[in-house]
Amino acid sequence: MSVFAWIETAAGEAVSSSWEALSAAAILAKSLDTDTAAIVFGANCDALARRASQLGATRVIACPDEALAEDRLDAYSALLSQLVEKHEPEAVVSAATNRGRELLASAAADSESGLISEVIDLRVEHGSIIGTRPAYAGKVLMEMTSNSATTFVTVRGRSFAAPTPRAAAKPEIERVKADGIPKDPPVKIDDFVAELGQVNLADAAIIVSGGRGMANNPQAAPAGLSGNDASIWKAKHGFANTLRPLAEVLGAAIGASRAAVDAGYIPYKHQVGQTGKTVNPDLYIACGISGAIQHQAGMRGSKIIVAINKDAEAPIFKLARYGIVGDLYEVVPALTQALEEKLR
Amino acid sequence: MHAVTFTRSTPDTAARVWVDEDGAVTWGDVATVVNPWDEYSLEETIAQSKSGGGESTVIAIGSALHNDALKHSLAMGIDKALRLEEAGADMKDSLVWSAMAAGAIRKLGDVDLIIFGKESVDVGTDQHAYQLARRLGWTMLSYVSRIVYADYSERRIQVERAVEQGKQTVSAALPAVISVLKEINEPRYPNFLGIRRAAKAEIPVWSAADMNVALPRAGTTALRFLNPPAREISTEILAGADVNATASALAQRLFEEKVL
Ligand SMILES: Cc1cc2nc3c(=O)[nH]c(=O)nc-3n(C[C@H](O)[C@H](O)[C@H](O)COP(=O)(O)OP(=O)(O)OC[C@H]3O[C@@H](n4cnc5c(N)ncnc54)[C@H](O)[C@@H]3O)c2cc1C
Ligand SMILES: Nc1ncnc2c1ncn2[C@@H]1O[C@H](COP(=O)(O)O)[C@@H](O)[C@H]1O
Repeated sequence: MSVFAWIETAAGEAVSSSWEALSAAAILAKSLDTDTAAIVFGANCDALARRASQLGATRVIACPDEALAEDRLDAYSALLSQLVEKHEPEAVVSAATNRGRELLASAAADSESGLISEVIDLRVEHGSIIGTRPAYAGKVLMEMTSNSATTFVTVRGRSFAAPTPRAAAKPEIERVKADGIPKDPPVKIDDFVAELGQVNLADAAIIVSGGRGMANNPQAAPAGLSGNDASIWKAKHGFANTLRPLAEVLGAAIGASRAAVDAGYIPYKHQVGQTGKTVNPDLYIACGISGAIQHQAGMRGSKIIVAINKDAEAPIFKLARYGIVGDLYEVVPALTQALEEKLR
Repeated sequence: MHAVTFTRSTPDTAARVWVDEDGAVTWGDVATVVNPWDEYSLEETIAQSKSGGGESTVIAIGSALHNDALKHSLAMGIDKALRLEEAGADMKDSLVWSAMAAGAIRKLGDVDLIIFGKESVDVGTDQHAYQLARRLGWTMLSYVSRIVYADYSERRIQVERAVEQGKQTVSAALPAVISVLKEINEPRYPNFLGIRRAAKAEIPVWSAADMNVALPRAGTTALRFLNPPAREISTEILAGADVNATASALAQRLFEEKVL
């Protein structure tokens, strides 16, 4: 008995949303009157174990096998399934990251257990775990429970507060060996290009987003560019020279509408919306975005929405707490300056 | 060579979706569309089966509601469609779902590559592909943004994956399960001939018994659906003497909201 929280790592460091998963696990453990066990795999287990116990884990189960490369979904799944079989935890919780989704779905299949994914709220009623998750792009909420001894749960980013550190007792660490897991990786990594220094949209507390309106940059495109090419140039420069400075002052991530992505103004990984990322920052500033329903689907959970749009009738204003009707190429630089003065 | 893809019908993304008095999810009489993420997996399945000199099959699991998505797939150019349905089973549950899906893949027998969309735009669980791969014991390659090569005689595939920390190029043996992102291709539109062919197609339905599958108990139960609490938003439009005054007013409000 226990509630497991899998602590995901990237290059040996814990992924920050894993600590939110640990918080969620601790909430369940408290209601179920059991302990919270952090599960850590791979190199650097000792440091992770210490951190996990500072952040609320009552114990740690570690497999410090150096051969457990972070990309080994097969090995991680086999190992997690062994631990589930041995300890029969009441729940296994992870962040709903790419790897968290894969790992928990795979291990849940191994033990024929229920998985409640993308949970934003958890509670226990009559001993059953009930997870609330958004469906239909957040237009509807659903409450789910599992029918199995172990309930697998992935939690959506920024839905559970990260735990506050406490002085840790010496963590009780159970070390396990990576026995009986596949030896040869079925997947060969041929190349990896890291993308560093970017604020991840899902974790961002503030997001500044640009839409099709970014193309109306008053700065003239270089001679020789016309039509579509000129629009792309203008929009790209707008993202780099007008939106990015605002994002930098705020420590924000940069988002975009699908129209901006499809037109080639900015790569797809910035897209917010039903076929992009779902985000729920404290502050979302939409610049030159009309607020189509598919865009709203990805950002309506933001705490405070600000709209900057030259069309007073744009639907985005209906969602916004604050709006400015005006040209973003005038408003955004003025806002950047005003914030710079205040934040200095 | 045989490429298989899975798809489903989802309400149009522009539809209003709500929970009615009986607690059921409804979108009125708005039409369903093929799950938008699956346009890319359908396109890739067609492209791979053509370049591999093989055939393509699309499978939906669930009620006849999904026939629309299957017909769209056929109209795009997928060779065969199949629907799996088991009366009385909770086919939305991913354990039941993946047991049925694995049964179909085993019955087909000759499948080299299974291609999924990134997620269902409606329920968005992003777990079906992983559980199917796990049940089959096949390699899972998720979030594929490009297939570098797929060699069906050497039985190897190399792909680029967009992972959270960057871009990974990986290779693995076939058979494999992949899920694809929108960067991977430009989906084609169904043409007139395709639409005519699809309209006439009879779609076979396989039950669990047809596939010789013993279905597991559903892993989860949906207890209830709720309309999200209405957000009380009072919008304040800021307008100062000039743009600098307006911007300062906004900056001031953001401080007061304590979001900075
Ligand atoms: C299946 C499907 C999935 C979709 N998924 C998504 C998704 O994930 N994300 C998404 O965003 N969309 C999505 N869409 C597209 C969506 O329907 C809209 O087309 C898109 O969101 C519009 O983007 P936009 O607001 O940037 O462009 P527009 O609607 O063209 O709006 C541009 C806005 O900029 C304003 N503007 C122009 N110039 C300026 C200026 N100089 N200063 C200030 N304002 C200015 C205009 O007034 C206008 O309101 C999807 C659509 C479908 C069918
Ligand atoms: N009922 C279904 N029938 C067939 N394919 C499905 C079904 N539900 C989901 N899929 C496929 O699984 C992918 C991932 O869905 P999901 O795990 O629900 O996010 C989708 O893009 C589809 O390709």
